[in-house]
Amino acid sequence: MAFDPQLPYRASPRVALRPEPFGALVYHFGTRRLSFLKTKQLVDVVSGLDRHESVHAAIDAAGVEEAQRPAYLRALAGLAENGTIEERV
Amino acid sequence: MAPTGEIQPASEEPLVEETLVEEVSIDGMCGVY
Amino acid sequence: MKLVDHFQYGLNSPICLTWELTYACNLACVHCLSSSGRRDPRELTTSEAMGVIDELQRMQVFYVNIGGGEPTVRPDFWELVDYAVAHDVGVKFSTNGIKLDAARAEQLAATDYVDVQISLDGATAEVNDHVRGPGSYATAVRALENLAAAGFAQPKISVVMTRQNVDQLDAFAAIADRFGAQLRITRLRPSGRGADVWDELHPTAAQQRQLYDWLVGHGENVLTGDSFFHLSAYGEALPGLNLCGAGRVVCLIDPVGDVYACPFAIHENFLAGNVRSPGGFQEVWQGSELFAQLRQPQTGGACRSCGFYDSCQGGCMAAKFFTGLPLDGPDPECVRGFGEQALAARDGSTLIPKSDVDHSRSAPRNSRGPVPVTIGRRPEKACETSPLAGLAGDASDSRLRVPVAGS
Repeated sequence: MAFDPQLPYRASPRVALRPEPFGALVYHFGTRRLSFLKTKQLVDVVSGLDRHESVHAAIDAAGVEEAQRPAYLRALAGLAENGTIEERV
Repeated sequence: MAPTGEIQPASEEPLVEETLVEEVSIDGMCGVY
Repeated sequence: MKLVDHFQYGLNSPICLTWELTYACNLACVHCLSSSGRRDPRELTTSEAMGVIDELQRMQVFYVNIGGGEPTVRPDFWELVDYAVAHDVGVKFSTNGIKLDAARAEQLAATDYVDVQISLDGATAEVNDHVRGPGSYATAVRALENLAAAGFAQPKISVVMTRQNVDQLDAFAAIADRFGAQLRITRLRPSGRGADVWDELHPTAAQQRQLYDWLVGHGENVLTGDSFFHLSAYGEALPGLNLCGAGRVVCLIDPVGDVYACPFAIHENFLAGNVRSPGGFQEVWQGSELFAQLRQPQTGGACRSCGFYDSCQGGCMAAKFFTGLPLDGPDPECVRGFGEQALAARDGSTLIPKSDVDHSRSAPRNSRGPVPVTIGRRPEKACETSPLAGLAGDASDSRLRVPVAGS
């Protein structure tokens, strides 16, 4: 399913997110993939996803600079691809 | 500089600035037999 | 910042770790990194082990590799695995297969979040049993057959690469395919009993190249535990973090609760603490002086001027330590040959560290140096340089003075 940032998303329930000094570690128990989220803002976006009606709104709420939105969207698309985040029904 | 968004395998040097996400296999850590 | 630069500030918890549950083992592999064989009477109890799991859960350690010795010979092994999984800690256990009968295989196939890794060091009984003992190949194959018949998804077959099995890489891949398993190949380190056989068994320089080329060409689905990061200096880095994880992202908890930087470094110089101490494992991980030192950025030491240092990071700390090489110099298997030079430069006065921790069942393994004689005080440690070390009034604490690269 293609990543659509206008839809509501959430961190997958099969994923554990562990805050670290640099950001967070994310481990997917199903795929056994480990992802390093390298900024605190990205961590805020990911953990805030289930509180917002769209990915864009979660990005807004995390205070991401507009110039960085494309980079964040690419990162989130990758996280959707590897199962870390998923569409919220 | 704006970070790139692509997910890169942790073993590669990013060609441009810092990536936001790096991914590695849970078996990708030395010191675990 | 590169990921590795973040680690200097320490992670709140290890990402994964090795937990040796027992030093008891039904085998006596010649290269055993933990010199296992006899159970240590001070082993953690079931209750203490569950306490460790509770801590790992609190610390959000995602994944633990349970090994030994042979972990399945502990009567409470299956209970502990279930307990870990029920407390959000994923488990992979490393076994020679001795207890994996059809019934166990069925149970495992029905259990989620448990991974099984079968040790195998030869694609034929002849090569395997030479290192692991008579019948060990058959035991491993039987376990793999049982797991396959039970429908257990993708066990791992873990191979230690030696001079004798490098030519069997394709055969190993075929065995993995045959049993629906995933191949994992790892580096032989001169650790534990490995120290006694390293000279004869470690791959030659040509074989290292052969191994690297094979991984690049055929290794897409082959795991390595990042154990060949020293080969990155050949060119393309292999998948993985490509750095020494000891004390930074991984560590070892041993059967008596001692915490070492890495399972290949079971030696008091790399002992960070014990889980039975106040504060438990978390205090050791977060507060140990040794780990703080290991997390410091490395400057490369003698490897500083080598253009490949960024790729190989100076190689494996344990491999250097147990061959008597300085930690701030080349890996003994440095792909540029600097390690060979360093090894050749060793002489009769070079102290080769030997671990006190030896649970081997047979007579003491070959000693590589003078037998330490205790006359009322502990023998000096190999890295101790102060002539006053160990004497009353000596202010140094050799436990803290781990020579690390760049220091």
